Amino acid sequence: MKLKTTHCKEIDILNLSDKELLDLSKNNVLSLSLEEMKTIQDYYKNLKRNPTDIEIETIAQTWSEHCKHKTLTGIIDYLEISPQKKIHKQYNNLLKETIFKATMELKKKWCLSVFEDNAGIIDFDDKNAIAFKVETHNHPSALEPYGGSATGIGGVIRDILGVGLGAKPLANTDVFCFGKPNTPPKKVPNGMHHPKRIIGGVVSGVRDYGNRMGIPTVNGSVYFDDGYMANPLVFCGTMGIIPKNKIAKKTRAGDLVLVAGGRTGRDGIHGATFSSVELNKESDVSAVQIGNPIVEKKVLDAMLKARDLNLYRAVTDCGAGGLSSAVGELGENTGVEIDLKKVPLKYDGLRAWEIWISEAQERMVFAVPPKNKEKIIEIFAKENVEAVFIGVFTKDKKLKISYDGDLIADMDMSFLHKGVPKITRRAICEIKNEFEQKTIKMNSSEILKSLKKVLEDLNVCSKEWIIRQYDHEVQGQTIIKPLQGNNIEVSGPGDAAVIFPYTVVKGTKKAIVLSNGLNPEYGKINAYKMAASAIEEAIRNAVCVGGNIEKISLLDNFCWGNTDKEEILGSLIRAAKACYDFSKSFSIPFISGKDSLHNEYSIGQKKYSIPPALLISAMGVIENVSNTLTMPFKKEKNKVFILGLTRNELGGSVFSKINSIKDGVVPNVYPKESKPIMKKIYQAINKSLIESCHDISDGGLAAAVSEMAFSAGIGVKIDIDKVKIKGKMSPAEILFSQSNGRFVVEVDAKNEKKFRSLFKGTVFSQVGLTGGKDVVFESVKNKIKVMENPKKLMSSWQKTLQDI
Amino acid sequence: MKKVKALILTTAGTNCDYESQAALQLCGASADRVHINVLLEKKDEILNYDILVFPGGFSYGDDIASGKILANEVKNKMGGVLQKFALSKRPVIGICNGFQVLVKMGLLPSVREFCQTSTLSYNDSGKFECRWVYLKTMKNIDGVSKCLWTRNLPEIISLPVAHGEGKFIVRDKDILDMLKNNEQIAFKYCSKDGSEADYPLNPNGSIEQIAGISNDFGNVFGLMPHPERYVFALQHPARQGYDGKFGWGKIIFQNAVDYVKG
Repeated sequence: MKLKTTHCKEIDILNLSDKELLDLSKNNVLSLSLEEMKTIQDYYKNLKRNPTDIEIETIAQTWSEHCKHKTLTGIIDYLEISPQKKIHKQYNNLLKETIFKATMELKKKWCLSVFEDNAGIIDFDDKNAIAFKVETHNHPSALEPYGGSATGIGGVIRDILGVGLGAKPLANTDVFCFGKPNTPPKKVPNGMHHPKRIIGGVVSGVRDYGNRMGIPTVNGSVYFDDGYMANPLVFCGTMGIIPKNKIAKKTRAGDLVLVAGGRTGRDGIHGATFSSVELNKESDVSAVQIGNPIVEKKVLDAMLKARDLNLYRAVTDCGAGGLSSAVGELGENTGVEIDLKKVPLKYDGLRAWEIWISEAQERMVFAVPPKNKEKIIEIFAKENVEAVFIGVFTKDKKLKISYDGDLIADMDMSFLHKGVPKITRRAICEIKNEFEQKTIKMNSSEILKSLKKVLEDLNVCSKEWIIRQYDHEVQGQTIIKPLQGNNIEVSGPGDAAVIFPYTVVKGTKKAIVLSNGLNPEYGKINAYKMAASAIEEAIRNAVCVGGNIEKISLLDNFCWGNTDKEEILGSLIRAAKACYDFSKSFSIPFISGKDSLHNEYSIGQKKYSIPPALLISAMGVIENVSNTLTMPFKKEKNKVFILGLTRNELGGSVFSKINSIKDGVVPNVYPKESKPIMKKIYQAINKSLIESCHDISDGGLAAAVSEMAFSAGIGVKIDIDKVKIKGKMSPAEILFSQSNGRFVVEVDAKNEKKFRSLFKGTVFSQVGLTGGKDVVFESVKNKIKVMENPKKLMSSWQKTLQDI
Repeated sequence: MKKVKALILTTAGTNCDYESQAALQLCGASADRVHINVLLEKKDEILNYDILVFPGGFSYGDDIASGKILANEVKNKMGGVLQKFALSKRPVIGICNGFQVLVKMGLLPSVREFCQTSTLSYNDSGKFECRWVYLKTMKNIDGVSKCLWTRNLPEIISLPVAHGEGKFIVRDKDILDMLKNNEQIAFKYCSKDGSEADYPLNPNGSIEQIAGISNDFGNVFGLMPHPERYVFALQHPARQGYDGKFGWGKIIFQNAVDYVKG
């Protein structure tokens, strides 16, 4: 059959010059490079015809950075320059040679699906597996914060619905990077929203979507930095549970293409390609999708019924690229014929290509064996979900689209999925030596002032204002909650969340831990250490509540600036290298990830890239839900220990930032020291030798100990001189250093002997006792005694973001 | 002995149905989650059940006002059989969005009158509130709760709330007097020692700190807090409960199951 142009336009490409090709790409928001445009030109020269608009749009969506991850999987020519040496290396596929390689080498039997499906999947018990995915929705959230974040969470939930044959979502996570809420309006770039407006919109969007879906938002963090003012980062994650016999999916020729859920409209056109364009005041808001959580909830309810009746063979969600990506993905190995006229629309007037690439929300695509045709429609109808057959999977490995009987696209699946040319990029990284800061001398009152400032700091303070707007307990399974206190009136920041899926897995004792690690401040100085620290922090957080490092998996989310710039791509490579190194040394695999590499905005003629951010999210399985811990101290007269060695590592610390201290060494990661400690903590928790455990990170041990005390409503006395340190350190340095690998733990005196013998061979010391009415840090040697009432410390921690 | 059968009514946006089911099962009942479209095809089947649950969630997205659309749908399409069910003294509970549905169709506070005289409005704080609160179990001078669902509870328990529209208000003073005189107030928000609570311990600004009410017989019960989220001690922030294992929310469901058993 020949192509007809009643419902599409022929795009003249065969005779275009290089400049004209680039103009075509830019004017139509295709975000394709010259080399890519030329590859398309060659393909059509071979076919001896021009492409139709819908064909070229299909290619642009499928080849977008968002869908294809061209940078991470492309060729990179990398040069590393340190004061000592120069290293030159070529990567043919950065992802496969770093993160993915570690996973392959670790060969964990409990990893059931890694880096292939919509989410990573690991073993939960005999019958069930758990899936986890974190996505970003940065550009939409910059332009339309509410809609952007709502569809961000809606989209990642659909990733979980579309993994295997569909998982039931159990929990959401969210991590945001914003400009500071108190930014003077004058400082906000022309045409951009004020951070306060972005924060309010983003939080409301996640709240309204997550709460209405009935999925608890249980873990996250918020990071404030001027660098995210015009380009906020919105990371949304979802974890779900799936029967093991529902993980495999395979479309067969003859299966019908079913689209179910929301109708298709003009919202979200070019979302996939727009994410690769810098943001400026002209950016088009129509690229942002519009969400409706109740439609998605209905889809969830109905599709899990259909799944359990085995009514379909494959499913995926309509995300970036809309139907073009979803149908293309399911039909990659077969071929598919689609009749676009059959797609239910929100309103008339859409052009064929718009229907095909619209990113309208809440749509799932299924491959349904013809014999189940009536039954599956009936199931969806019962839940008031619109479901319509729009085509059939074939065996000719071609994508054929018609509209009203006219053929408007006819292309090879292999060209679409494998035709994108590999481009060589150059990257460079200059590693600078880090120097210790000048010794910090502070008296007791200066230290107390710093402690309060640390607790008040935007990146340490309570995020209660956000957390309480999220229903973090719906489903009744959140047994370790984001805010933790020994009674209702007090709270402190939990290290990780624990989900006990008793309503889904009847009679289970097992639970799931979720945590994260993120520290862009380190990345401003050293991307390698930032990645290493984020990995260890995520793992430490999981360990604190009872996680077992033998059964933890990781997700990576890279949000970088414009990686067309050599030094920005260079820092990405350093971070990816750290992911390989520390995944290997902790023996903890990555199971999925995502990157967003064009976080750049322009003000006038000047372009700005965001501070690079690597979010590491961890998911682990806990054998016995009873053996989990919250972070507040549990009672008076218990012994307080610090596990791990404190080094003079104040580079990128909260303390250095608030005191404007130049220099300082960014915390490194020492798996040989920290891994045995983490293993022993797990044993100690399972032998009930520990009453509480808290990770030491932002704000150092002073902040960690204070948090454990005020969330318990009791005092504590710490002897600074007893902290195990490396080299010489002043009391302030000991209290605020952010060395990795450290934990504060509380031990009942009756268990002390067993506890000490278990931790033999690691670095630890008893540093104090719980109880008394004040939080006290004392160094007799240095004549330092810092004292404050825990309630006052709690109010410092709570007041900054009380009401935005 | 026959198994106690509970029906959990679901619709688009229901989201506390699984945990409500698990809570009833834990108390020895069988519990079916039934979509309203299915129930409407054979309304009278509701009378084969012993307990009826309107679970939490965002029915129809809480568009217009929370619970309003489902309240109208249920009342208009199956109000008669529902009233019959409630008048037969079988236990009915509406939790959070379910409570909103019960008051908006008027099954509370009076099953017989079946018209709306109270509502649940926006929280005074102007935002959604997910937190644990203390609740005072209201008892008569003999120390017994009129509401069959809240019997056998200590004077003060804690439960989680999670809502944006939970401020209980009444049409006029007569309604409030009726609730008081008939001992229809089942739960009040309070502070740890039982005294009157301000925000955030009264999370929404309800009049008289009202957190839950029943009809005058005590079989129909509506409350904003979520007892189904506290059936195990582990679910409590400080892991407190009874018998070393269970949460106080379980007693609430157990009361209904035991009541049916007689």
